[in-house]
Amino acid sequence: MFELLGIAPQALFGQLLLGLINGAFYAMLSLGLAVIFGMLNVINFTHGAQYMMGAFAAWLLLGLLDVPFWASLVIAPIIVGLFGIVIEKLLLKRIYHLDHLYGFLLTFGLALVIEGLFQWKWGSSGAPYPNPIPGGTNLGFMFLPTYRGFVVVAALVICLATWYGIERTKLGAYLRAATENPTLVRAFGINVPRLITLTYGLGVALAALAGVLAAPIQQVSALMGVNLVLVVFAVVVIGGMGSIMGSIVTGFGLGLIEGLTKVFYPPASNTVIFVVMALVLLIKPAGLFGQTK
Amino acid sequence: MNAQRLLIAVLAVLALAAPWFAYPVFLMTALCFALFACAFNLLLGYVGLMSFGHAMFFGTAGYFFGHVVKAWDLPPELGLLAGVGGAALVGLVTGALAIRRQGIYFAMITLAFAQMIYFFCVQAPFTHGEDGLQGIPRKALLGGLIPTKDDRVLYYVVLAIFVFGYCAIYRIIHSPFGQVLKAIRDNEQRAQSLGYEADRYKLLAFVLSAALAGLAGSTKAMVLQFATLTDVSAAMSGEVVLMALVGGLGTIVGPVVGAFIIITMQNYLAATGEFVLVIQGAIFVVIVLAFRKGVVGELAEWWKRRQAR
Repeated sequence: MFELLGIAPQALFGQLLLGLINGAFYAMLSLGLAVIFGMLNVINFTHGAQYMMGAFAAWLLLGLLDVPFWASLVIAPIIVGLFGIVIEKLLLKRIYHLDHLYGFLLTFGLALVIEGLFQWKWGSSGAPYPNPIPGGTNLGFMFLPTYRGFVVVAALVICLATWYGIERTKLGAYLRAATENPTLVRAFGINVPRLITLTYGLGVALAALAGVLAAPIQQVSALMGVNLVLVVFAVVVIGGMGSIMGSIVTGFGLGLIEGLTKVFYPPASNTVIFVVMALVLLIKPAGLFGQTK
Repeated sequence: MNAQRLLIAVLAVLALAAPWFAYPVFLMTALCFALFACAFNLLLGYVGLMSFGHAMFFGTAGYFFGHVVKAWDLPPELGLLAGVGGAALVGLVTGALAIRRQGIYFAMITLAFAQMIYFFCVQAPFTHGEDGLQGIPRKALLGGLIPTKDDRVLYYVVLAIFVFGYCAIYRIIHSPFGQVLKAIRDNEQRAQSLGYEADRYKLLAFVLSAALAGLAGSTKAMVLQFATLTDVSAAMSGEVVLMALVGGLGTIVGPVVGAFIIITMQNYLAATGEFVLVIQGAIFVVIVLAFRKGVVGELAEWWKRRQAR
């Protein structure tokens, strides 16, 4: 069947795996954006920079302190998450009463500052991060590098854990309630401002975690999150930010679509997600999983 | 009122004498960016739509201009026309889709479309990818009447284009059409209930803004004789937002002031490399936190308070 299509199965499945990996990152990042937006009403433009910071934190931990990958997977998101909390306390807190656009602009400016500083200190060419689980298995129809398989599984677990945390736990219930009606939740004696800070920290940590996972696959560089965050915006528009599960499904789905485009029509692989966005805007402007308010 | 007339007269004299005191190419670049920022501000300041992808009009217009003038060897007037028309067309297609969502989504959608156009420009043959469209010839305007090889002569052409664009924006804002736009900005439902079809007005404003950004972009290509990917990039979209923000959103002079400030700053800081971005980012943060009215807005406020005293 593959011979009929004129495409070697290795190429097809190889690209599908790549698509799945990209999709994993789209899913994790759009999830964080959606959680932050739900609670803070801010589109976090700094998300790409924080993803980059996660990768850098892992790289620095390894280079300076010899911290192994598995420990970085926990430590790096905590460091970057704490940084996020500081940002929320110092800056974001001051603009909640303003139009959404100001949050967008503020976080955009922050991204410029952070990425510029990293570029100044470490240059814009990337540094490699050693693969923590080298090797792979031949599945017959394709070769699967172990680490890449691990990334897909890990991303799925992280996404589902986030979904569980928000939809099925008590803290998640507070969070959802505070998103709907902060004043009322406050009247019940819950510290909403602290909940907001915590949410931002968690969203940022999620981005950093994605960055750590990406470090062994991509080069660790100051600008690794710049284009990614723009694609993730398109993913968020396509999925709509209403549902957690929606973000996960949209992220992985679009990664796969991108992978397939790379096989069948490579020149469009960079733009296909934006084309899908245009189509979704035509057919269902609120996004696939969004509710029109 | 008299003070205002005096101010306009002083500004006119300054603008006419400027190329004898400052480097004309710098002035022309600044004027192009000033027009670009005004076009952006028409949308954000008067319709309340924040486009975070205005580079797609500015940059592609430069390519259109360059292609028409260099590859097709046509006169520059047609190049400008192609730039404006092309940008308006891109604006019509992306605008029709983007206005289907409001607020922050609108910003993200325009940003995404601009990124799509950027990737398209990286690959398309006529843009020459990473190299850019270089060596666009400077041809004489009006069939040879105006020789543009001399920077000072070209400066007056660019000044005329800027004044034309600026007056067009002034006219749009102060027309009945502009009143409807402001009504939509302030309360879309009410404007709708009064019988104004908000979407049609928004789309027209979007296309006008795109066309004017295109005029700025193709003029810049005429001056600097090249069109590159920088002008289509997301960074450029951010820069024009910054110019309008620094000068003052929703004020008609603000974006001009903002553009001159940012271009001057870039000129002085060019040698510091990455620090231009760091400083621009820091300005964003400071303005959003402390000076949301921008230079012109804050000055106007201060003047009003003084008058009241």
